[in-house]
Amino acid sequence: MKRDYYFYNDGTIRRKDNTITFINSDEESRNLPIENMGNLYVMSEMSLNTSLINLLSQYGIVVHFFNYYSFYTGSFYPREKLVSGNIIVKQVEHYQDNEKRMGIAQALIDAASYNIYRNLRYYNGRGKDVKMEMADIENLRKNIAGTIGIKELMGYEGNIRKIYYSAWDKIIDQDINFTKRVKNPPDNMINTLISFVNTLVYTKVLGEIYQTQLNPTISYLHEPGTRRFSLSLDIAEIFKPLIADRLIFSLLNRNQITEKSFAKNLNYLHLTKEASKTIVSELDAKLQTTIKHRELDKSVSYQYLIRLECYKMIKHLLGEKEYEAFKIWW
Amino acid sequence: MEKEITGVMVYYYQVCWRKLWYFYHEIQMEQNNDNVQIGKLLDENAYGRDDKHINIDNIINIDFIRTKKVLHEVKKSKKIEAASILQVKYYLYFLMKRGATGISAQIDYPLLKQSVEVSLSDQDVAEIEKILADISKIVKEENPPVLKKLRICKSCAYYDLCYI
Repeated sequence: MKRDYYFYNDGTIRRKDNTITFINSDEESRNLPIENMGNLYVMSEMSLNTSLINLLSQYGIVVHFFNYYSFYTGSFYPREKLVSGNIIVKQVEHYQDNEKRMGIAQALIDAASYNIYRNLRYYNGRGKDVKMEMADIENLRKNIAGTIGIKELMGYEGNIRKIYYSAWDKIIDQDINFTKRVKNPPDNMINTLISFVNTLVYTKVLGEIYQTQLNPTISYLHEPGTRRFSLSLDIAEIFKPLIADRLIFSLLNRNQITEKSFAKNLNYLHLTKEASKTIVSELDAKLQTTIKHRELDKSVSYQYLIRLECYKMIKHLLGEKEYEAFKIWW
Repeated sequence: MEKEITGVMVYYYQVCWRKLWYFYHEIQMEQNNDNVQIGKLLDENAYGRDDKHINIDNIINIDFIRTKKVLHEVKKSKKIEAASILQVKYYLYFLMKRGATGISAQIDYPLLKQSVEVSLSDQDVAEIEKILADISKIVKEENPPVLKKLRICKSCAYYDLCYI
């Protein structure tokens, strides 16, 4: 299993022969083996040069950058090695044909909302009364298959999320007063937490897409956008309930993240370095959780489930097997 | 656009038609496979004194040629030897078609310290021509051939793609 590295200390990363060295501000250096390196996350002030970038590119290592406020800046996405003209043509075809596009988009939302439902069901079974929210979501889910446009579909998705988020106050034991999801910028600690964790999931998905022939800029649910690898957003949608939301619930309910984890004078906008470190290490632990996969008859990690999602999409695009998005089955 | 048939495709023809179809359509999975990575290291490290990777028209890629008129193919194990032999025969056929006759071939297994000689008979030529026609037909299909569950699937890099 490849390992992701997170840089929280300021310093320099550079190429040293055919591997990588990190040198911190006290001139102490540490060698990082490149052969089993996954993604790199740069959360600090870092100097790097082109010979490093060239080496990373050669090994197909994606680097994600975050700014001082833990907001995602962007990724260094090396030149694609696994290029398939065939797949790109099919990807575009499925975007341009509304019926085909809706097929994929509905599958994504159907699975995402099912996974949301499953989260509620889990907590309902653990003494949090969210029955009403569950019923409402179940009702809204029935409309997904009948939608004819993306806007309409996104409307239902929005309503489902609204109900879902309204249940968070009950699920989370800490007194956080979370009523509404606000982005750009988030306005309270839950929103900051959601934004940060979702972004991490998005980068993990991007890293997995890179290991396949899919082009990350052509997407179905989200508009293929400028600046963003929107296919990542599409696929992240179905994994957010399983990976991001459950992580947030457990971080808060175990008091690993509390009010103290945020820089107060910034209106909860900024996670402390310690909090951010806790989150990434818990996230990585979660991604390494394995489950027995029924179809493959072997154990796979949550992270690998994301890769399998890409494979399923490839088979759908090629017309071999219809895409069924991942739904929590345990 | 129709692509030329490479040595790897002939090899895959013998191993698995689905793999052949995917490979032809640029769905490569080999980078995820440990055995493939071992093979790559082997390729980089064995027979370092020889001039390696002789690429002809981007269609065939001969591992190396040592003495005149003997081409070498390096393989890690004998597990799927029939496919390796076919691949090398295709090289010989390819060269013969371009006027290079009287060449013999050898498959080397550096890890086993063994070699196997391969030559091309008239019967082989006929067989290869039939195989090439077969390959063209398989890869032109809209979908990959139906999955046949085999023991070798477990160690294949395409396992997850096929079985998901």
